Amino acid sequence: MADSKENLTIHINESWCKGCGICIAFCPKKVLGFNENGKVTMLDRENCIKCGMCQMRCPDFAIFLGGKE
Amino acid sequence: MARKVKFLQGNEACVEGALMAGMTFYSGYPITPSTEIAELSAEGLPRIGGKFIQMEDEIAGIAAAIGASLTGAKAMTATSGPGFSLKQENIGYAALTEVPVVIVNVQRGGPSTGLPTAPGQGDLMQAMWGTHGDHPVICLTPDSVKETFDLTIRAFNLAEKYRTPVILLTDEITGHMREKIEIPDQSEIEIYNRIKPTLGEDYKAYKVYDGDIVPKMADFGSGFRYHVTGLMHDETGFPSNSTKNAAVLMDRLMAKIENNKEDIITYEEIETADAEYLIVAYGGTARTAKAAIKTLRAEGIKVGLFRPITVWPFPEKQVVELSEKVKDVLVAELNYGQMKLEVERVVKGNCPVRFCGKANGEVLTPEELIRKFKEVL
Amino acid sequence: MNHPLVEGYFRMEKFPHIWCPGCGHGIIMASIARSIEKLGLDKDKVCIVSGIGCSSRAPGYMDFNTLHTTHGRALAFATGVKLANPELEVIVIAGDGDLSAIGGNHLIHAARRNIGLTTICFNNNIYGMTGGQYSPTTPTNEKGTTAPYGNIDKPFDITQLAMGAGATYAAKTTVYHVNQMDKLIESAISHKGFSLVEAISICPTYYGRKNKKGSVVDMMNWLKDSFVDHKVAEKLPPEKKEGKFLMGEFINKIEPEYTEQYDKIIEQLKK
Repeated sequence: MADSKENLTIHINESWCKGCGICIAFCPKKVLGFNENGKVTMLDRENCIKCGMCQMRCPDFAIFLGGKE
Repeated sequence: MARKVKFLQGNEACVEGALMAGMTFYSGYPITPSTEIAELSAEGLPRIGGKFIQMEDEIAGIAAAIGASLTGAKAMTATSGPGFSLKQENIGYAALTEVPVVIVNVQRGGPSTGLPTAPGQGDLMQAMWGTHGDHPVICLTPDSVKETFDLTIRAFNLAEKYRTPVILLTDEITGHMREKIEIPDQSEIEIYNRIKPTLGEDYKAYKVYDGDIVPKMADFGSGFRYHVTGLMHDETGFPSNSTKNAAVLMDRLMAKIENNKEDIITYEEIETADAEYLIVAYGGTARTAKAAIKTLRAEGIKVGLFRPITVWPFPEKQVVELSEKVKDVLVAELNYGQMKLEVERVVKGNCPVRFCGKANGEVLTPEELIRKFKEVL
Repeated sequence: MNHPLVEGYFRMEKFPHIWCPGCGHGIIMASIARSIEKLGLDKDKVCIVSGIGCSSRAPGYMDFNTLHTTHGRALAFATGVKLANPELEVIVIAGDGDLSAIGGNHLIHAARRNIGLTTICFNNNIYGMTGGQYSPTTPTNEKGTTAPYGNIDKPFDITQLAMGAGATYAAKTTVYHVNQMDKLIESAISHKGFSLVEAISICPTYYGRKNKKGSVVDMMNWLKDSFVDHKVAEKLPPEKKEGKFLMGEFINKIEPEYTEQYDKIIEQLKK
């Protein structure tokens, strides 16, 4: 990652999420969960270590690390 | 100007023509009686910086040629009966994706393995209808070594101009027969190259721009990152399930050939001006017909020959006009009456349509044709 | 904000893609794009070729020169592309059925020639596009819609098949082991000569459901627990290797590459 992790945060594109749950299950810090639509949501942003495993295992390009807005 | 006189087989003349037309890629699989085309391409192409590859099967032979064409190469593959059957799916692919490619089919006796070293003309209908679905086809048929040379060049030009597979349908007679031919100088040869987009323009891979017959074709690697698919696609090239769009695409594909028949169709007429009787023959069998007509004319019988050089699209208009003038049409070919079906379809009862042919690997002799012809008198 | 990888290497307007929820194919497609990004390849000089099937829809989303061909024939088309223009980086995406059944002949011959193509096999052990028929990689006794009583075929190991045919680079990974997948795909693309990465994917919709493999997460956990790098496995006691499948880089050697050999002939003829 070119950006330092400081400036990164998890972004979720709910319209692309198909609710498979892979990112939630394999998040090492268990900071993700399902929302009421059955899509992924960030539950605990503070404890996210920005490892990017959710992004790498998301089959739908729906969750990713990007610059803070 | 450097013209050369050579004594060549039809298959050899095909490669001479292909190289003059600008062929830079050949991929194929060995099969009798077309193999000389592969052998001479293997020898000639690397000498001009082109590429030859012997693929693992017939299907791969045409697939690699289509792939090469997408990078801008002028590509050819050659085969015979069984191989032509195997290539059908990818002929349809090239038709739908509009990739120029030349497919030579040196016809032998069929079906199945049939008679590998003997002539036949049983693939005429397959050339038009061999692959699934409706699609445009251009199919040319030479009756001499020189014409094999000329039509190979024309096959490349038509493929480039109309962005479609072009089938050169020869046969074991013309493929293996030797004749003296004069090879023209390169400067005398008319070459048509596909129209390419220029960098920076708003390029849609399957949009026909004003004044063009077909979409411009960018080479893979030239800066246009576009998509090619055998699925129905819209003018961007991406798949579309829309039935409305499918109709637009199919109509355009069929129309690009249908509307340009005048340009695509060529034929030869011999002694038809005053003819009361007509023989229709093509490819190697036209040579038999030419000899028969000479004999019959010497006997005072007013018979003429119509020889389609472009067999698909079929020269319907010309055959209809002739059928209105003559008492009888005799179709001669090495099969059980494939072109006869087409002639019957177009003449619509203007005159009787008779048939003279065989499919046992022998050529038709002038005597056999004359005997059959005289049944009408 | 947009997904940076999608923005850089995909045709964003084509998303969301057609694959089912939990299908592993998107994970592999992303890994290919990350590898291309990491290698800094010029997008105009990359050509992605596919055949027919679920995985073969990937090129439509990828912002390169993309060619979606006929069933099984991707490698044959790709051979033409590569030989005609060797400066293109040609990557073939193929499913297990596409690559090892209908296209099996092209696989072994592309490997034998050592032509500089990179093949990424999206192996989900089933024909997904047609609704779950058994494929050449469906394990024996597993079910498909055309193996209702259990598959009696013996499956191919596609990696070993490619090696047996002469591939100079061959590796296997899974959609769980994404870090390894990135490394292997990157090595495969950089490799001069024929390379193959067999990426074990998951098909929860057909293979999973038909064979009672549980949820998407269960299927991912199965990959996590069942695959072990062959180099790691060498050091494991036999009881820990039991029932495990080996993955990792199995071969990586340099041999003359086909298009370079052809170019040598052209050069010789100029003399």
